[in-house]
Amino acid sequence: MTPVATTFHPPRQIAHRHTTSEPPAVRRLLIGVALGFLSLFLFLPLVFVFTQAFAKGIGFYLETLRDPNAWNAIKLTFFAAAIAVPLNCVFGVCAAWAIAKFDFRGKNVLLTLIDLPFSVSPVIAGLIYVLVFGAQGWLGLKFPQIADWLTVHNFNIIFAVPGIVLATIFVTFPFVARELIPLMQAQGRSEEEAARVLGASGWQTFWRVTVPNIKWGLIYGVILCNARAMGEFGAVSVVSGKIRGQTNTIPLHIEALYDDYNFTGAFAVASLLAFLALVTLGLKTWVEYNNAARNEIEITK
Amino acid sequence: MFLLLGINVANDSVRPKKIRVLPGFKLTLGFTLFYLGLIVLIPLAAVFWKTTTLTWPQFWHTVTMPTAMASYRLTFGASFCAALVNVVFGLVVAWVLVRYEFFGKKIVDALVDLPFALPTAVAGITLAALYSDHGWVGQLLSPLGVKAANTQLGIFIALTFIGLPFIVRTVQPILEDLDPELEEAASSLGANRWQIFWRVTLPLLTPALLTGFALAFARALGEYGSVIFIAGNIPMKTQITPVIIMQELDMFDYAKATAIAVVMLVVSFVLLLAINVLQWWANRHNTTNLA
Repeated sequence: MTPVATTFHPPRQIAHRHTTSEPPAVRRLLIGVALGFLSLFLFLPLVFVFTQAFAKGIGFYLETLRDPNAWNAIKLTFFAAAIAVPLNCVFGVCAAWAIAKFDFRGKNVLLTLIDLPFSVSPVIAGLIYVLVFGAQGWLGLKFPQIADWLTVHNFNIIFAVPGIVLATIFVTFPFVARELIPLMQAQGRSEEEAARVLGASGWQTFWRVTVPNIKWGLIYGVILCNARAMGEFGAVSVVSGKIRGQTNTIPLHIEALYDDYNFTGAFAVASLLAFLALVTLGLKTWVEYNNAARNEIEITK
Repeated sequence: MFLLLGINVANDSVRPKKIRVLPGFKLTLGFTLFYLGLIVLIPLAAVFWKTTTLTWPQFWHTVTMPTAMASYRLTFGASFCAALVNVVFGLVVAWVLVRYEFFGKKIVDALVDLPFALPTAVAGITLAALYSDHGWVGQLLSPLGVKAANTQLGIFIALTFIGLPFIVRTVQPILEDLDPELEEAASSLGANRWQIFWRVTLPLLTPALLTGFALAFARALGEYGSVIFIAGNIPMKTQITPVIIMQELDMFDYAKATAIAVVMLVVSFVLLLAINVLQWWANRHNTTNLA
């Protein structure tokens, strides 16, 4: 009929493209700025650690790691993490169960208190244990019997391994809990209630219904908790006393080597922790990928 | 999301409070409180207990001594600047990761968390060596007369490194969930790209940016390991507050160390409160937008 309709062009086409993105030049500029900033602050330091670690060759590298003090530091670090991570894991599951599955007063206060260790400086995290267990500490003044018993049995806490373990537990305290609480709150309680109504016992419900549901969140929390436990420096350096070969963890051993101007040695040991950080990031990405895949399957169902 | 919340609330008010189908409430809450008290609350209370051994003038004298005052100014100033720089670059990084496609994007995305995963001591010696006069970056800066090692600039660099993921990770999810229709609507009403960003997108991201800023700032205030190596810890010049506490501890002057720790703790708690309020505001902001 009228030719007007055929000559009509959608007038918003150009504008539409502009709404969803910027001109190519701006895009390239922004990508350049972002990558430049990240290269300077993230990639460069990472590359630097590994090049410095091997600056004196693989022989020197292995020699540094085989040193008895280094070996002791590695063992102590694994020991502290092996106690701190499972304890905080049990705590995280308990806290998440109580908070997500039940209603009680003061829940928000409890949530804030669980996050508290994150907002405390690592140096203060160490200091508080010195104030409780150290010389003229709170424990010695209020409960002299306990303090005496510990002295008699030669069980030191400060400037010894127990203090290191305690400080590690403190700084990694919220990791598992803060992963699990929002996850279990989002999942609600209907699945567990259904299992109970169908005759499952409390433990059966927990192991067969809850654990499979929170598996990825739990793994995620444990990975982050472990990375921090093995890498903690400030809190541990306050309570450790830094006795070489006895109370030095890997980060403290790095500091000792660095203070001796043995830079290559320091970076050789540091490369272990940098490698751990890369493994942590890899596992984290893998867990996130799995989780996203699982969610997609559930949505399509 | 909002709808789901509504249903949950309704269910809770209908269910009789006394009957609990699920077991383990007393056990899990009991253990949670016991462990929290033993590991966190009692030791933290010891700080305030120890402060009472000082008289008020002694306490005031300690927390206002010149080295401490200089350390507060430095710690606050450097943390503030680092968090501010991270707001700008963190937003650019989050924007690029959410909106654009480029080679190696997934690896870049994963590596943003490096400052969380890399132990602070490792970050500390690495930055110190990189920015020393013979380091890869330091030797480029020294002809320009810029010195990062053993200066306040170095502290700022370390704190920027530490704070980056906080901004990116708080802004990224909000940017991903942003409804493209809002920007399209602004465009159809005649706004150009810059106006859309400035008047529509940025206001929507403001709560997330503020939360990220507060988180990065709070973390920077207490940071120790990544700073001390590059700072050189020169009294009155490059000593951050945690270093002052450490010094008093090394001299076994626990009361003085505790007094300064109390100042830091009070500041941290106020910040924690501010962050909670910010997050609550951000959540409300987003819910209103969705509705």
